[in-house]
Amino acid sequence: MVKTKGLLIDTTKCIGCQLCALACKEANGLPGEEEEELSATAYTVVKEKDDIYYRRLCMHCNDPTCRSVCPVGAFEKTPEGPVIYHAHKCIGCRYCLQACPFGVPTYEWHKRAPKVRKCTMCYERQKQGKIPACAEACPTGATIFGDRDELIREARKRIKENPDLYVDHIYGEKEAGGTSVLILSSVPLETLGFPGNLPDRPLPELTWAALKNVPSIAIFGGAFLYGIWWIIDRRMELAEYKNKQRESKSKEDVDKLVDQ
Amino acid sequence: MSVKLPFKITFWKVALLLIWLAGLVAAIVRFTGGLGAATNLSDKFPWGLWVGFDVITGVGLAAGGFTLAAAVHVFHVKRFYPVLKPAILTAFLGYVLVIVGLLFDVGRPDKIYNPLFMGNFHSALFEVAMCVMFYTTVLFFEFSTNIFERLGWRGPKRWIGKVTIPLVILGVVLSTMHQSSLGSLFLIVPGKLYTFWYSAGLPLLFYVSAIAVGCAMVIFESHLSFRAFGHRLKKDVLADIGRILLVVLVMYLLMKIYDFYMRGVWSEFFIPRMETWLFWLEILAGVIAPIVLLSIKKVRLSTRGLYAASVCTIIGFLLNRLNVSTTGFIASSGVSYFPSWMEIATTLALVASGIFVFAMAVRYLPIFEYPEETSHKVKPAPVIEEALELETFQDSSAEGKKF
Repeated sequence: MVKTKGLLIDTTKCIGCQLCALACKEANGLPGEEEEELSATAYTVVKEKDDIYYRRLCMHCNDPTCRSVCPVGAFEKTPEGPVIYHAHKCIGCRYCLQACPFGVPTYEWHKRAPKVRKCTMCYERQKQGKIPACAEACPTGATIFGDRDELIREARKRIKENPDLYVDHIYGEKEAGGTSVLILSSVPLETLGFPGNLPDRPLPELTWAALKNVPSIAIFGGAFLYGIWWIIDRRMELAEYKNKQRESKSKEDVDKLVDQ
Repeated sequence: MSVKLPFKITFWKVALLLIWLAGLVAAIVRFTGGLGAATNLSDKFPWGLWVGFDVITGVGLAAGGFTLAAAVHVFHVKRFYPVLKPAILTAFLGYVLVIVGLLFDVGRPDKIYNPLFMGNFHSALFEVAMCVMFYTTVLFFEFSTNIFERLGWRGPKRWIGKVTIPLVILGVVLSTMHQSSLGSLFLIVPGKLYTFWYSAGLPLLFYVSAIAVGCAMVIFESHLSFRAFGHRLKKDVLADIGRILLVVLVMYLLMKIYDFYMRGVWSEFFIPRMETWLFWLEILAGVIAPIVLLSIKKVRLSTRGLYAASVCTIIGFLLNRLNVSTTGFIASSGVSYFPSWMEIATTLALVASGIFVFAMAVRYLPIFEYPEETSHKVKPAPVIEEALELETFQDSSAEGKKF
C-alpha cells in the first residue's frame, strides 16, 4: 500500500519570496512572471494579508469534489495523494470550477481547445522520485513534502511547542473530508479568504445522497406508471365493451320487434 | 411564399434576421477566439447565461412535453390531446436548442459525446448529459409521427403507435430524472450558492417547478399560436390545465415554505441587498401572483386571465433558474458578472430560431390537427371477454345468494 503524500505549509515560516511560484512555473513549463491569482498559467501563488504570507494551490482533497462532479471522470485521485487531470477526457463543462470549494481549477478561456489547469502536486516529478518543485524551492521550510500522516504529526508537534504562535487547527486535516495539503497559520484561515464553513464530511456525499436514489426511482417510477396505465386502460376497455354489448342487445331487441 | 402576410410579420422577419446576424457574429467570435473572447465568464464565475438560460432554463421550459404526454397517454385524459402535439413539438425544439446551446458553452464541443463512453455515476452532470441524449431521442420519435403523417407513411407511424406507451413512460422517467438532476447539480455548492436558493431539496423543487412551467408553457403557446395562426383555442382544456397549474404552484409554495422553515432563514428575508429583491420578485411575481390569479374562477375561465397567469409563472421560473445558476453565485464569487452582448445575442438567436421552427412546423405539419373523438378499440381481447364472463358469473352468483 502506497502511503498518501502531502504538503505541509506553515504560513508563519513563509517570507513571501515567491520562489515556490517561480519553481512551479518552471517545472510545469508555464509562461509569465509572478501572478496575483491562480490562473491557467499559475498553479500556485503567494499572497499577503496583514504581513502574513500564504499560498494558494490545489488542496488535493481525499475525496475530491472535482472528481465527483466531472461527468467524464477526467479527474483522478492517485493512491499517492495528488489529484490529477486527464485532458483527453475533458469536454470543458467547467463544473469542476463551479463546484470546487477552494476555487482552485482554472480554465484556458482564450484557447480554441482549452483545458482545465491546476496544481498536480508534481505527480510526474514524484513518479521520477523527485519531490514537488515548490517544496524543493522553499528556502525556509515553509512548504515541506512528506507522508500525510507524518505531516499531521509534525504539525501537531509545532502547535504544541508554540501554542502562542499558531491557531490550534490544522487546516485540511478534516476540511471537506480532509485534504493532502495541510496549512498551519497564526490566524484562522477564513480571515485569509479560505472557506471557513466547510463540513468535515466530503462534499460529494451531498450529491450522492440524491443520486443514489435515481436507479430505484427510475425503475419503480416506470413500473408504477405502467401499472397505472394498464389499470385505467383495462377499465376503459371493459366499460366500452359493456356499452357495445348493451347497444347490440338493444339493437337485437329492436330487430325482434321489427320482425314481429 | 404565402401571400397573406400582415405588416407586423414582416417587422418580425426583419427583427429575426438581425438577431440571427448578431448570433452569427457571436458564434464566429466564440469558435475562433474561445470562450474568453465571447463571454464575460472567468475562473471565478465559470457558469453564466449560456448554462443558466440556454441549458438549465431551456430544459425546464420543455417540461410541458412529458407532463402532457403522461396526462394523455398514461392517465388517459384524452381531452388534453389537442394540446399534446404542440407541447411535444415545444419540448423537442427545446431540447434541440439546449444541445445547440451546450455546443456553444462547453469548451470542447468536439468531445461532447464523451459522457457516453466515460461516464462518472457520481456526477449529477453525467445524469443530465445522459437524459439530454436519451430524452431528445424519445422526443424525436414522439414528434416523428407528425412527419410520417404528413408524408403519408403509414408503416412507421403505426410502428411508433405500437410502442407509444413504453415510449411515453420512458420519456416521463427520463424527464423526472432530468428535471430533478438539474437541481442536484447545485447540491455540491453549499458554501457558494446564496442561502435563499441552496437547499437539500433542490432536486424536488426543480422537478415540481418544471411541471408548473410545463403547464404554463402549454397555455402560453396555445394562446400565441391562436393569435399568430388563428388556431382555435380549446378553452375548457386550457382552463383545466390552469387548474392543474394552480395545484402544482400551491404545492411548490408549500414546499418552499417548509424548506425555509427547516433551514430557519427567515431573518435573511429583509436584508436589503440584490439577492433579497430578486428573491421577492421571484416568489411574488412568479408564484404568489399566478396562485392568486388562478384561484379566481372568473380569471381561470377567461383566456386573458389564464394567459396572464401563465406569463407570471414563466417569468418566475426564469428568475428562479437564473438565480440558482448564476446570480446566486455572485456574492460568493467576489466578482460581478453580467453577460456580454455576444452571450445575449446567441441566446436570443436560439430563442428566435425556436419560435421560427415552431411556426414553420405548425404551418407544414399536422400539429394542430387531431381526431375529434379518439375512440377505443372495438374488439376486446379474449382475456377481456373472459374477465367479463367472470364478472357476470360473480354477479349471478351474488344474485343467487340473495334468493
